[in-house]
Amino acid sequence: MAFLEIKGLIKRFGKLEVLKDIDLDLEQGGFLVLVGPSGCGKSTLLSAIAGLDTISAGEIWIDGEVVNDLRPSKRDIAMVFQSYALYPNMTVGENIAFGMEMRGVPKPERDAAVQRVAATLQIGHLLARRPSQLSGGQRQRVAMGRALVRDPRVFLFDEPLSNLDAKLRVDMRTEIKKLHQTTGKTIVYVTHDQIEAMTLATKIAVLKDGALQQVGTPAEVYNRPANLFVADFMGSPSMNLLAAEVVTRNGTPGLELLRANDDAIFLRLPPNLTQGAVQVGEKLIVGIRPEAITDPDGADRNSPLVEIVEAHVDVVEPAVSDTYVVTQASGKEVIARMRSDADVQPGQRIPFAFDLNKAVLFNPDTRQRIV
Amino acid sequence: MSGRVETSMAGGSTVVTRVVIYGLLLFFAAVFLTPLFVMLITSFKTLDEIRDGNMLSLPQNPTIAPWLSAWGTACIGLTCGGIKGYFANSIMMVVPAVAISTLLGSVNGYVLTKWRFPGHKVIFALMLFACFIPFQAVLIPVARVLGMVGLGNSIIGLILVHVVYGLGFTTLFFRNYYEAFPTELVRAAQIDGAGFFQIFRRILLPASGPIIIVTVIFQFTNIWNDFLFGSSFASGDGVPMTVALNNLVNTSTGVKEYNVDMAAAMIAALPTLLVYVVAGRYFVRGLMAGAVKG
Repeated sequence: MAFLEIKGLIKRFGKLEVLKDIDLDLEQGGFLVLVGPSGCGKSTLLSAIAGLDTISAGEIWIDGEVVNDLRPSKRDIAMVFQSYALYPNMTVGENIAFGMEMRGVPKPERDAAVQRVAATLQIGHLLARRPSQLSGGQRQRVAMGRALVRDPRVFLFDEPLSNLDAKLRVDMRTEIKKLHQTTGKTIVYVTHDQIEAMTLATKIAVLKDGALQQVGTPAEVYNRPANLFVADFMGSPSMNLLAAEVVTRNGTPGLELLRANDDAIFLRLPPNLTQGAVQVGEKLIVGIRPEAITDPDGADRNSPLVEIVEAHVDVVEPAVSDTYVVTQASGKEVIARMRSDADVQPGQRIPFAFDLNKAVLFNPDTRQRIV
Repeated sequence: MSGRVETSMAGGSTVVTRVVIYGLLLFFAAVFLTPLFVMLITSFKTLDEIRDGNMLSLPQNPTIAPWLSAWGTACIGLTCGGIKGYFANSIMMVVPAVAISTLLGSVNGYVLTKWRFPGHKVIFALMLFACFIPFQAVLIPVARVLGMVGLGNSIIGLILVHVVYGLGFTTLFFRNYYEAFPTELVRAAQIDGAGFFQIFRRILLPASGPIIIVTVIFQFTNIWNDFLFGSSFASGDGVPMTVALNNLVNTSTGVKEYNVDMAAAMIAALPTLLVYVVAGRYFVRGLMAGAVKG
């Protein structure tokens, strides 16, 4: 049995179902990231695990024990809040020790634990300060210290990095990853930032409108998105999702993508597609990540199927380590990711290499992935 | 060119506006301060000087005899012990009434914002309603109730009435203040294992300074200045300051001692004045904090 298990969880506010039949599990030491746009219910799910919100139906298991009716303090969890939620009238040291004080831990023991955690997080020199005297990054560390000192079964993080500036966010992200690796603790983490989700998670759960869209490893969710929503949501720049029709050209079945003022693009069917999965004449949506469309020299040499297509360059966006090249097909912009030294100018007509081994196909009606 | 014309016109109208604004302010300040001034100088004059002199002239032979008389020897009704006993009555009534109503209001505000229950809006609306019930409307029912529970004619009865009447206001103040208090702090404390009152005492109360000051000033002023409840539910030696002052001034026997009356009135007004001077700036600040954030 998994360490953290959620079975058939439903949460209603009046008649509105904000969480719809959620089934999730996480092994001990796992790092589960709940990701989705704002209002998808990810924070509500976290609050339900914490016990801060009641649930309307279902069960939450932690370490083989149903915790539905346990108060938050009895669930042996610790939580880091988006606003850090540091008690403004207490010093950093008192903030970290507050939970132990409430549990009646004697003062010498409390002090020792605070010192230990402060050393881990390098906040020893801040212990006598008040939260208002700290910078954003320092507050973040104190909030983590308050969670760490508890040594809980499960850590819960509610968008902990969203109030930090870009550079600090990357630093703290690494710090959290390091924390997970050194302590081996089970973590549930909520974010709307899909890059955070990718870098931190051992398991990602994508939510939309209170329903689970896909659960899997970062690689699974990224490479084999379950539906169009996940495909579009995960990845930056997001996946190219282009309308295509299955046709036969010279006896070979393939995908035809129409272009304005140009010939249609013909791409042979992805090699991993099983026989008969799509029919000639069927309309579908092909999804290709920007990094799977490159200049011919940059294409993956191990890929079994790379198609070279000549196309007109509309826009070139240098992004230091890469260059994003924009062309168009099926009435949409197509973003290709080329090497930074690729010599491309807007207005040119250059060859684009489509790595179809990394393409996925979607049914436009059900919006689900085919195969 | 046109720019310069506009500037000079704007400058001219600014001066006019300033003059009007300051003129009006000075006028109204005079309207409100003159009576206070007259009271103050009259309380330091002798009776002869009051009869002969100009009301606005400064005392020729300043004396504190009227103040001593008002405090210790003036006759109110049949006893001639000054107003000191009644001053003590008021203190004994105001301090517990303010403390209890403020404390209960803060607990109410805490529950109505951080421990919401079904129907919390209705409860709050009903409590607000209490702010708008005129005192006169409930005099007889309150008298009946006080009589039935054996608290008629007592300071404790007055305290009870003021606490009940003040609850609507104190709850309103604290609810609006705590509405803006971050709920995540309460949740963090819950996870840390703090209980209902621990969260209140350790997390919310330390952050409630401004609103406590507002509530205390408001309640202190209202209860100290109350006349109606005091004259209705107390009598004899048990009446509060305001009622005693009325009895002193309206006495129909002997010579009318204006200087003593004025000194007594000043003594009656001093505590509220003092509270305003000491904590007045927090009053405005606290009210705004509650209003804008709530």
